[in-house]
Amino acid sequence: MKSFTLLAALLLSTPLWAGSDDLTATGDLGLVVERGTGSLVLIDRSDRAAVARIEGLGDLSHASLTYSPDERFAYVFGRDGGLTKVDLLERKIVARTVQAGNSIGGAISDDGRLVAVSNYEPGGVKVFDAGTLDLVADIPAAGKTIGLVDVPGRRFAWTIWDTGEVFLGDFSGAEPKVTLLGNAGKNPFDAVLTDDAHTYLIGLFGEKGVTAFDLWDAAPQPVKFLTEYGKTGEDMPVYKMPHLQGWAFTEGQYALPAVGRHELLWVDRDSQETVATTQMHGQPVFVIAQPASPFVWVNFATPLNDTVQVVDSRSHEVVATLTPGKAILHMEFAPRGAEVWLSARDDNKVLIYDTHTREKLGEIAAEAPSGIFFTARAHQTGL
Amino acid sequence: MRSLAALLLLGVPAFAEIPPERAAELQHIVQQDCGSCHGLTRKGGLGRPLTPEALAEAEVEGLAAIILDGVPGTAMPPWRPLLTEAEALWIATHLKLE
Ligand code: HEC
Repeated sequence: MKSFTLLAALLLSTPLWAGSDDLTATGDLGLVVERGTGSLVLIDRSDRAAVARIEGLGDLSHASLTYSPDERFAYVFGRDGGLTKVDLLERKIVARTVQAGNSIGGAISDDGRLVAVSNYEPGGVKVFDAGTLDLVADIPAAGKTIGLVDVPGRRFAWTIWDTGEVFLGDFSGAEPKVTLLGNAGKNPFDAVLTDDAHTYLIGLFGEKGVTAFDLWDAAPQPVKFLTEYGKTGEDMPVYKMPHLQGWAFTEGQYALPAVGRHELLWVDRDSQETVATTQMHGQPVFVIAQPASPFVWVNFATPLNDTVQVVDSRSHEVVATLTPGKAILHMEFAPRGAEVWLSARDDNKVLIYDTHTREKLGEIAAEAPSGIFFTARAHQTGL
Repeated sequence: MRSLAALLLLGVPAFAEIPPERAAELQHIVQQDCGSCHGLTRKGGLGRPLTPEALAEAEVEGLAAIILDGVPGTAMPPWRPLLTEAEALWIATHLKLE
């Protein structure tokens, strides 16, 4: 009852309207993954400062995370199969389960009640209760599972790297209903859902192209496009798989990373015709739209990963080339687009840039930082 | 000196040609860049596990050749544009040892 007496004492001694320094709002918080040390840095976006470090999350190479609808909890998906629930207010781990041998990412359902994890080893999807992390459903697959996204109506979609199969799982009823939507093609490496939950786009590594499924359709069919890009000339080695989670949708176009080429491909959303190709500094990894602007920011695969380029989605021209630091792994925008935060892994820093002047505003120390995740993601479909 | 003895047993002549600063860089490349597909702890990801146990049967020269030329038709890229043969041998040896 200690906390009760403490609370009572506070209530008695402090006028209620005075507020308290202990209260924290989470709307401008975020987490930075420290990939080598299995830890997270809790940051405050408004203060441009680190406020805490949370440790003990296992192997966080390729880690990603999502947030609960109240922006209080983060669900962290680790490479070692660990699913960890972190409380941003208490600044600690509140639940952790090692649910597979090797996993790659996850998603939270639209109602915030279910957390799904996509696994490499053994392949498949596991679904957990977001409150307790109790297992709710276990859906095995014939291979490594990639591109897991949440689809409105307590559903998730995912794709299998080895077989190209694309599944839609409906978890709104007592028993899960899993439907095979079709085949995306050879070795799909990642997938993404447009922010209107309309189109599930799957990038292919084993062949040229991108496959789209219209999830507004009752019986979605695979539609392949971009099958012709780069037919002339040798492809270059791909030292890092592009990520699609930030695929930019802007000016009625998709801005897509060309696999094996130093190019950005612009595709018309309606006709799926290629509108333009932009020559880039390296093999694009993340292609992310700066919110409320015509610009797209791009980072690159090793060894050209000290550079970030900004492209105008109207002219398809590179308008800025920045060299912010060593090994820029990820970029995260403030929800209204004023700032972009960049992780410079080999400088052990997170760099904060003004998106209008493109000047540096500040930096935060972090041990080999990779992903940066602001809590505003809690309200975005497909993240 | 266990690792030195093991190296002598493996008989890798190129090893001595890698200066310590470059060796540190190579170690970093293995952890971070190879790690993006094989896992930071090399327990596997899109690429197979590269732990000493997983590679126990593999020959250093064979591994070095895979590193330099990749595995065509898979996601394993050729590293020849970025690494010398001696460096690939160094990495192959390092993978088998620790
Ligand atoms: C873009 C992803 C990717 C990167 C980066 C990558 N690999 Fe691979 N690697 C693979 C895949 C996929 C395979 C499996 C190929 C197969 O199925 O046979 C593989 C296979 C291998 C093998 C053969 C393993 C065996 O058991 O036969 C070795 C050795 C290897 N990689 C070493 C490396 C090293 C060293 C690096 C860093 C310099 C590296 N890889 C970086 C994807 C990658």
